[in-house]
Amino acid sequence: MRFDYHTQYRQGFALLPHTSDRVLYGLLIALLLAVPFFASTYLLGELGYVLILCIAAMGLMVLTGFTGQVSLGHASFVAIGAYAHAWLMTQGLPFALSLPLAALISAGAGLVVGIPAIRVSGLYLAMVTLAFSIVVEQVIGLWRGVTGGFMGMLVPNPDLLGLSLSSPRAFYYVCLFFTLAVLLVLLNLMRSGIGRSFVGVRDSEAAAYALGIPVKRVKVGAFGLSAGVTGLAGALMAHHIGYLTPDAFTLLLSLDLVLMVVIGGMGSLRGAILGAILISLLPRAVAALKALLPDAMARQSGMEIFVAGAVLAFFVLFEPMGLNGRWLKLRALWESFPLYRRDTFRRQKSYMRSERNR
Amino acid sequence: MSSHLELFAQLTANGVAVGSIYALVALGIVLIHKATEVLNFAHGDLLVVAAFSAWALIDKAGLSFWLVLPLVALAMGVLAYGIDALVVRRIVGQPQFAGVMLTIAIAFMMRGLVSMGFGTESQSYATPWTGSSTEILGITVADLSLVIMGSVLLIAALLWLFFRYTRLGIAMQAASQNQLAAHLNGVRVKRVNSLVWALAGVTAAVAGIFLAPITLVDTSLWLITLKALAAIVLGGFGSLPGAVIGGILIGLIEQYAGVYLMHGVKDIAAYLVLILVLILRPTGIMGEAHGRRV
Amino acid sequence: MTALLELDEVELAFGGLVAIGGLSLRVDKGEVLAVIGPNGAGKTSMLNLVTRVFNARRGRIRFKGQDIAQLPRARIAHLGIARTFQNIELFDAATVLDNLLLGRHRFGSGGWWQQVLRTPALTRLEERHRAKAEEVIEFLDLSPWRNARVAGLPYGVRKVVELGRALCAEPELLFLDEPASGLNPEETRDLAFWIEDIRTDLGITVVMIEHDMSLVSAVADRVVCMAQGKMLAEGTPAEVQGHPDVIAAYLGT
Repeated sequence: MRFDYHTQYRQGFALLPHTSDRVLYGLLIALLLAVPFFASTYLLGELGYVLILCIAAMGLMVLTGFTGQVSLGHASFVAIGAYAHAWLMTQGLPFALSLPLAALISAGAGLVVGIPAIRVSGLYLAMVTLAFSIVVEQVIGLWRGVTGGFMGMLVPNPDLLGLSLSSPRAFYYVCLFFTLAVLLVLLNLMRSGIGRSFVGVRDSEAAAYALGIPVKRVKVGAFGLSAGVTGLAGALMAHHIGYLTPDAFTLLLSLDLVLMVVIGGMGSLRGAILGAILISLLPRAVAALKALLPDAMARQSGMEIFVAGAVLAFFVLFEPMGLNGRWLKLRALWESFPLYRRDTFRRQKSYMRSERNR
Repeated sequence: MSSHLELFAQLTANGVAVGSIYALVALGIVLIHKATEVLNFAHGDLLVVAAFSAWALIDKAGLSFWLVLPLVALAMGVLAYGIDALVVRRIVGQPQFAGVMLTIAIAFMMRGLVSMGFGTESQSYATPWTGSSTEILGITVADLSLVIMGSVLLIAALLWLFFRYTRLGIAMQAASQNQLAAHLNGVRVKRVNSLVWALAGVTAAVAGIFLAPITLVDTSLWLITLKALAAIVLGGFGSLPGAVIGGILIGLIEQYAGVYLMHGVKDIAAYLVLILVLILRPTGIMGEAHGRRV
Repeated sequence: MTALLELDEVELAFGGLVAIGGLSLRVDKGEVLAVIGPNGAGKTSMLNLVTRVFNARRGRIRFKGQDIAQLPRARIAHLGIARTFQNIELFDAATVLDNLLLGRHRFGSGGWWQQVLRTPALTRLEERHRAKAEEVIEFLDLSPWRNARVAGLPYGVRKVVELGRALCAEPELLFLDEPASGLNPEETRDLAFWIEDIRTDLGITVVMIEHDMSLVSAVADRVVCMAQGKMLAEGTPAEVQGHPDVIAAYLGT
């Protein structure tokens, strides 16, 4: 069981109200900072990539998990961030300026996409974003002047005040810095007024209007914020990939991001991170699985996508709250042990509620 | 006929042919959505499984096309029924998003299995109409295209009759509007919904078997789901005739865009239409508007 | 005495269906007004007109003398008008406290940069909002469910949470849409006391759409009966309940 000894009201709603949490997360951050000292170059590169995916997943989580706006085309914002950043750097802008600017450009694109989101919702929005993603992929291919078209575009190396950041260790710290910064910013936003209005718009637009929340502005703003964060991830990804081509940002990447958000657990930033870690581990797990299978089956290339589908189906059917849900249940178990009630999180059977009249 | 007019007529003929396929796929998706409010992202993959099965039976096992068509259609109906009965049914009561995610998961799994089972190479097979074409008013139309257009019209007509005049069809409509009320009136809702899935599976199979000889039998056929979605949006969600009209229009728009607009637009024409329609007129051509009572 | 809210020959139509035809209504400050009538009379539509869910085809709506018929929907709360919903519209995924905090939205939550950096000023602002929410929780006896997720709560408690959320907005005019529907007699009695306290202690004017005549008689100062989009009768509860038209259209014998 866990007890807090708070002496002030404000300690109750602090970000980490429990001492044990503060200690454990502190240790985790210390560990992440120390990783480059005992990890191989390959592992550092992989960790950097996972961190970039965490940022992108958090960006999508803000939109889909917190504001309830489904986006099946977020790879488009990753692409916009990546190409904008690379292009700005080739125009001579320093890394430290080009990165936030690329994020802003992506945020602008998000605002534009968010405007039709005011009129359509749910399923229709999913399709608009899907279509948008495919259109962006094609436009990148055709806009040869800026993006190098289907031939690709070389990404200049990142540097800060003369120091090169392209070494695996330096780049890992860059990724870690941005992941922690984005996480902190979003955590603070989501527990303040802006975050609450996102959730309000998601759960009941009618009530949100009645409470004075400018629903349309919130929807567009959420799109902008989400696109900006995802664009930042894209800009970092540009350096990770090194050479940009349109087929690094296909529909499959969009669906991967959605998988991260759904499997991780909608409506929580912790879920976004857990989901990103799981999905990025998936190829490795599948490779390990293939090693165990007879040769003929192992050579086929459909295994990865099959496993991804199976994992998603498993979570949708049996763990709809996602990895975060599992985390919360385990934490509830730990916090209330030995008084934990087994059916605390039991789901109730319900009839289909038509969403035609949302 | 002047060459411009001839080109236009030829494009129109092609557009209607391709559009008919889109219409058929769109019909299947709308069927399922009307009944269960689940948007079946796995529909294109049903198509792919049908196409690959047809290839295996025609090319490898040497069976006749006329035998394979009903066989595979039936098999897909059974497969679709099974997908609903065993998997999709379990998320009744959960928000629509869960259904979308589940069908995406099923789509992934089917795609993976097809890759693993049938290999990744593109295949093709012969139909009784491959290679023959007819001249109508000076333009050449592939016989296969005529057959496709004919079958789509036939299927659409059959569906219309089915929903209008048979008990099962009316039961399906009832279940699609209010599950609880239908259940209380003796409609076996779960079974009816699975039958709708089976029906959709059959239409997907027919579409797949006819489409594959035109394009190749390939896992990338699943992308047709997206074009079908554009067709549904254009025609109006929840409207079966809308799906057919939307499909044919998308087919036509693509053909015209390929020639009259700049290079590269043809590939994204369907998606641009989808975006524009959803921005300007979300209900589509024949769709129903919905509001919420608070 | 100028009325707090005035509806002047208001008309609302959905295509060919006239939901409200020529309704004139007055709400005085500090009173509890009950609106009764059969289903389809246009009671909730009237409420939706005032809160700008719908646009009136004709007529004027004045709140404290100011014409509000053209205001954007999200501005109504800022004027001091709050409402509850016939079918509960709570934020299901959030806790009771979070729902109440959202009720405080109209008082501002600090600038976005303050929220991002979590400045001491913002923490103080959050504390003040929470203090008010805690007041409402105590007022409505919601303490046992303070941190519970709304989705799992009993129906009666959820109705009370919705009332609390509306109170957190510190309105001058509070609309309650069928507050007692689905409540057992004990909860209805509690509701009667709360409405009385809301009027007396908090100084809020209450308009309630209600079918439960015992609640109406206990709490309302004035009653308006609507039928088929028009006003049928108005007066004290006793007057309206004895009115022959009202008995014919709604109450029966």
